Amino acid sequence: MEITTASPDTAVQPAAVAPVVQLDNVTVIYGTNRALKNVSARFANGAVGLLGPNGAGKSTMLKALLGFVKPDEGRMSVLGMDVAARPLDIRARLGYMPESDAHIPGMNAVSFVAYCGQLAGLPAVDAMQRAHEVLYYVGLGEARYRNVETYSTGMKQRIKLAQALVHDPDLLFLDEPTNGMDPKGRDEMLELVRDLAHNKGVSLILSSHLLPDVEFTCDHVVVMDKGQVAAQGPIKELKGPAGRAFELRIKGDLRGFIDVLTAAGMDVHATNEDVLRVFVPAEAGDQRAIFAAASRFGAQVRHLRPSVPTLEDVFAKALGEK
Amino acid sequence: MSPIHDQSYRHYVGGKALPGRAWTVIARAGILNTLKKRVFLGLLLVGWAQFVVRAIIFYISISFRQLAPTASTFREFLDMQGFAVFIITVYVGAGLIANDRRANALQIYLSKPLMRSEYIAGKLAILFVFLTLVTLVPALMLLLVQVILSGSFEFLQKNLFVIPAIIVASVLQVVLASVTMLALSSLSKSARFVAIMYVGILFFTKAVFGVLYAITGTSAVSWVSLGDNLSQVMDVIFQQHPRYATPWQVSLVVIVALIVVSLSILERRVRGVEVVT
Repeated sequence: MEITTASPDTAVQPAAVAPVVQLDNVTVIYGTNRALKNVSARFANGAVGLLGPNGAGKSTMLKALLGFVKPDEGRMSVLGMDVAARPLDIRARLGYMPESDAHIPGMNAVSFVAYCGQLAGLPAVDAMQRAHEVLYYVGLGEARYRNVETYSTGMKQRIKLAQALVHDPDLLFLDEPTNGMDPKGRDEMLELVRDLAHNKGVSLILSSHLLPDVEFTCDHVVVMDKGQVAAQGPIKELKGPAGRAFELRIKGDLRGFIDVLTAAGMDVHATNEDVLRVFVPAEAGDQRAIFAAASRFGAQVRHLRPSVPTLEDVFAKALGEK
Repeated sequence: MSPIHDQSYRHYVGGKALPGRAWTVIARAGILNTLKKRVFLGLLLVGWAQFVVRAIIFYISISFRQLAPTASTFREFLDMQGFAVFIITVYVGAGLIANDRRANALQIYLSKPLMRSEYIAGKLAILFVFLTLVTLVPALMLLLVQVILSGSFEFLQKNLFVIPAIIVASVLQVVLASVTMLALSSLSKSARFVAIMYVGILFFTKAVFGVLYAITGTSAVSWVSLGDNLSQVMDVIFQQHPRYATPWQVSLVVIVALIVVSLSILERRVRGVEVVT
C-alpha cells in the first residue's frame, strides 16, 4: 500500500463521506516563515489524528480553521461552512482545547465552564447544569468548586476539555490533549477522547506528535511535515494489510539484498543494524517472494516473521525516514 | 442494575442564543466579580462622598442663598469626581485584558462564537458601568436633589443646558478613561505594570505641561497633558470660560486621537494567537 505523500496535487484522497473539515491550497505566512505551504487536506467524520513533529504546522492549521489566523491563500470549510464567511456559525458548533494552559482568571471550575457555555450561547441555567455534567464526565466532579489556578497540570488538561465540550459541539479540535499528564491521567484522557469519537458521535481532530495517542483514538490520520501534508487517509489503509509486512534478518550482503528486494517491487526499511522491515505489495506475492529473492541472491534467511504495521511506519515513511 | 444518575456525556437538547450577545455575558460576569470585592465597594462609597457633601450644601442653601448652586457647581462636581474616576479606572481596568492575556484566556474567548469587537465591548462595558456610577449617575441625582430641595424647577429652567452638559461631559470622561485603560491593559500580561503605566503617563504628561508652562509662561501648551485636555473641553461643554489658553478644539482633537489610537491598539492586540515574527 502506497502512502499518499508530499505533492499537493496528489495529497488529497477523496473521503467516502463529506469531510467535516476541508482545506484547499491553504498557505499561512508568519512574517517570512511559511507555516502552511499550499496545504490541501480532508478530515473525515469521526476521529482524525493530525500528526507531525513540532513545528510541522499542526497548531497553525487548527488556528486557521478557528479563524485566529487569516490564510494568505486558499479556502477552508468546516462542517460544510466557509471559514472566511461564517466563522461565528462554525465556532458555535465546535469546541477547541488549546495546547497551552488557558482559563479565565479568578473563577472556580464550575463557574469557568458555565461561563464558557454562556459565551457559546447557552442560557445561564442550562450552562450551569451542563458545566456540572461535563465536569463529572471529564473526572473533575469532586474538584469542581476549586479555583482553576490551583489545579495540577493534568486537571488543567481536563478542564480545557470540559470547556470545549460544555456547549455540546459537533466537532472538537484537541491540541496536544495529553501534554504534561502522568501515565494514568493520559490513559484516562485518551479513553475520554475515544469515547467521544466512537460512542458519543462527536467528530474530532486530535493534534499530537505522540503516535500512540493518535493510533489509540483515531481512525484517520493527516501527517504534516514542514508545513505540508505528507500523508493522509484511514490509518488501516495507510498501515497496509496485516501479514504483508515482515521482519527479516539474513546472513549475507545486506545492502545488495535490499537492492534485490527493491528491484522486485518491495519496500524495504532497515530498522537497526541487521533487521529489515519488508513490505510486500499484493502484486509481488507473499513471503515466498522473499525466500525466492534470497535464493536467487544467495543470501541465507535467518529470521522471518510477519510484522504488524504501526502508525510509526506510516509516519516514518511519510516523513521520508529510512 | 442501572446507575442512579448517568454521569456519562449527554448531548444538549436546549436552545442557544444567536451570536451577538456574548458581550453582555462578559460584562455581567465582570461586573458581578468586581462587586464581590469589598475594597471595590469601599472605593465606590468614597466615590459618592462628594455627592453627599453637595446634597447637604444644597439643603443648607435653602436658608443661605449665597450657597445656591449654579451651572458651574455641576462642572466642579464632575471635575472633582475625576479622582474617583482615576482610582476606579486603575483598580478595575488594569487587569481587564492583562489578566486574560496572562491566563491565555483570549484563545478560550475567541474560540467561542463571538467576535473580537464583542470581547472588547464586554470589557469596555464593565469599566463604563462603574465609571458612570461615579460620574453621570451622581451628577444627575444631584440635579434631582436640587429640584426636590428647592421645590421648584426655576434652576433647571434657567440652566436647561446642564442636563445635556452633564451627559456629554460624563460620557466623554468615561469613554476616554475606559478606552485608554483597556488599550494599556492589552499591552501587558501584568495588571500591576498596566496600572503603573497608566498613572505614569498621566503624571508624566502633567509634569511636562508644568515644565513647559514654567518655561514659556503660557498655558497654550496644556494639550500635552492628557488629563488637562479633558478639563479644557469640559469647561466649554458647561459654557464656562476655558481654564487654559489652548484652543478647546485642539484639546478635543487630542482626546479623539487618543481614543482612535487606543481602539487601534485594541484591534491589534486582541487576537486568538500572538504572532511573533
